[in-house]
Amino acid sequence: MAEVLVVADGTASGGVKKVTLEALTLARRLGEPAAVVLGAPGTADALAGPLAEYGAVKIYAAESDEIAGHLVAPKAEVLARLAGEVSPAAVLLASGQEGKEIAGRLAVKLDAGLLTDVSDIAADGTVTQVVFAGSTIVTAKANGLPVITVRSNSVTPEPAPAAGERVSVDATVSDAAKGARVLERVAEQKGSRPELTEAGVVVSGGRGVASAENFALIEELADLLGGAVGASRAAVDSGFYPHQFQVGQTGKTVSPQLYLAIGISGAIQHRAGMQTSKTIVAINKDDEAPIFELADYGIVGDLFKVVPQAVEEIRKRQG
Amino acid sequence: MNIVVLVKQVPDSGAERTLKSDDWTVDRASASNVINEMDEYAIEEALRITEAQGGEVTILTVGPDRATESIRKALSMGPNGAVHVVDDAIAGSDAVQTSAVIAAALNTLEWDLVLAGAEATDGRVQVVPHMIAERLGVPALTGARKLTVDGDTRTIERQTDEGYEVVQATGKAVVSVWDTINEPRYPSFKGIMAAKKKPVKSLSLADLGVAADAVGGANARTTVLAGQPRPPRQSGTRVPDEGEGGVRLVEFLAVEKFV
Ligand SMILES: Cc1cc2nc3c(=O)[nH]c(=O)nc-3n(C[C@H](O)[C@H](O)[C@H](O)COP(=O)(O)OP(=O)(O)OC[C@H]3O[C@@H](n4cnc5c(N)ncnc54)[C@H](O)[C@@H]3O)c2cc1C
Ligand SMILES: Cc1cc2nc3c(=O)[nH]c(=O)nc-3n(C[C@H](O)[C@H](O)[C@H](O)COP(=O)(O)OP(=O)(O)OC[C@H]3O[C@@H](n4cnc5c(N)ncnc54)[C@H](O)[C@@H]3O)c2cc1C
Repeated sequence: MAEVLVVADGTASGGVKKVTLEALTLARRLGEPAAVVLGAPGTADALAGPLAEYGAVKIYAAESDEIAGHLVAPKAEVLARLAGEVSPAAVLLASGQEGKEIAGRLAVKLDAGLLTDVSDIAADGTVTQVVFAGSTIVTAKANGLPVITVRSNSVTPEPAPAAGERVSVDATVSDAAKGARVLERVAEQKGSRPELTEAGVVVSGGRGVASAENFALIEELADLLGGAVGASRAAVDSGFYPHQFQVGQTGKTVSPQLYLAIGISGAIQHRAGMQTSKTIVAINKDDEAPIFELADYGIVGDLFKVVPQAVEEIRKRQG
Repeated sequence: MNIVVLVKQVPDSGAERTLKSDDWTVDRASASNVINEMDEYAIEEALRITEAQGGEVTILTVGPDRATESIRKALSMGPNGAVHVVDDAIAGSDAVQTSAVIAAALNTLEWDLVLAGAEATDGRVQVVPHMIAERLGVPALTGARKLTVDGDTRTIERQTDEGYEVVQATGKAVVSVWDTINEPRYPSFKGIMAAKKKPVKSLSLADLGVAADAVGGANARTTVLAGQPRPPRQSGTRVPDEGEGGVRLVEFLAVEKFV
């Protein structure tokens, strides 16, 4: 059976991202999953446990400081070399900024078919993509090697314990791929909330939240539900919350089990980032706010009354 | 410092967008078409750099005839001229092919820096800047929320999920920007009038030395098989808050097993 290369994505806290486990689950439909870890020395061993548990028959470890110290190009170079050696049936990556960028370079190097933001893969290689603000579903396929980026929360990761045999691969990087040097990595994220695109629950605030201080209310509810915090563009532009938490057309696309939109009107560009959530709940004082058109459950009321009461009620129930 | 800014014309993301049922490409004829929003930020950034340090800004667009409107709009912000690659054979190209056309066009121009949007609102593939850099063999600094050009050194703050990375390159580079980088200017009346007279050079695939059978939907490495509207979400229960809204909400969350 041909190998399917799955590029592993790590979390800030040193684990494997859920989207990688989803990709391993999808990869089994196309062949035998083999994980690829690209990073600083030590990265592969740290990720090996979950990768093997979710089906990685092999774990290709390409580790060097040069890979970690430069933007994207070294990863694509190492991956292209590996693909040349093992002739995979497909290459799967996570559909974030970096995953797409590696995929793009790889597709050019290998003259392959690039399929981004994929939410499902069939055994014959046909993929499903949700496009245009979640309004349209497309099926597509690659002619030649498929390079596929998988969108978070597309499938439930299923364990399938495999050998996870470690195979060290050549991690040397050409000078040409070392053009963009990473001088510094700065963490701005507060707290230990799940990452926005991976979270099962997302609690988002909009302009209605009215100030940066008031976002504490959104954070409090998110923490009680074990969720991530999101924001509308109006909230971000007003300086209430940092840009990396923006949900929508020009922000992140999320697809959690539960999405709460609080003080958000539901503009089409906001919907673009949350429309495929499983359950949508809205709190808005305007009963004509478009967000209610797609909410499974809506409270028409003042968020400054509804949210504190909900917080208190959850606390009471959780004891 | 000569800068080429990549500008794509896209269907307005605020209006309904559809795919054509014959070849599943974007129905651009019936859409209201605009400059891809992120590209306006790239234009603004290019103008700020050349205003401070000298040099020219050239717009580069690959797209059908009607993309001319967007090119004139881009020029009205202040760039010096534009190059429009237009050829029927390009229709339906995927990202790999589009990047080959853009790279070939860049090879006909004199530039120090290429600026692009981080993402186009229609395809949202977010890969074109890296693909071009790959083809041209220059570094790519992508996803910038801040760009500093100091002599031969270009430094960005690259936005990440956790915060940001400081990334640096020397010499020719491709830089892509998010909307956090600046606030684009509105074209002035003078700018709009001036744009009408600015040079727009039209290039075909033959001019670029790109073979027609290297591009276009029929030769793409990806094929869209079908597209269909996603069933619209149904609106569910809507409850007015009569003092118990928070409790009612938690009751709903409990039934759905979130609490
Ligand atoms: C090209 C483009 C890209 C865009 N990309 C994005 C994007 O990625 N993400 C995004 O979100 N937007 C995006 N937008 C902007 C989008 O069009 C809207 O302007 C934005 O989503 C509005 O944010 P909002 O709902 O928070 O604010 P508003 O539309 O101002 O809505 C605020 C809501 O809060 C309610 N409210 C106020 N006070 C209270 C209260 N006390 N209690 C309860 N409810 C209250 C109001 O009734 C109102 O419905 C984009 C726009 C363009 C043109
Ligand atoms: C709904 C949809 C889904 C698609 N999915 C895929 C897919 O999975 N795989 C695939 O290979 N192709 C896909 N395409 C086709 C792809 O969008 C086009 O080939 C497109 O030309 C390049 O992608 P982008 O515009 O999304 O680029 P992005 O990489 O998102 O654009 C980034 C920047 O590159 C510049 N740029 C991009 N295109 C041009 C241009 N024509 N002229 C000038 N500057 C430009 C702009 O500055 C832009 O801001 C899809 C298209 C649509 C409409």
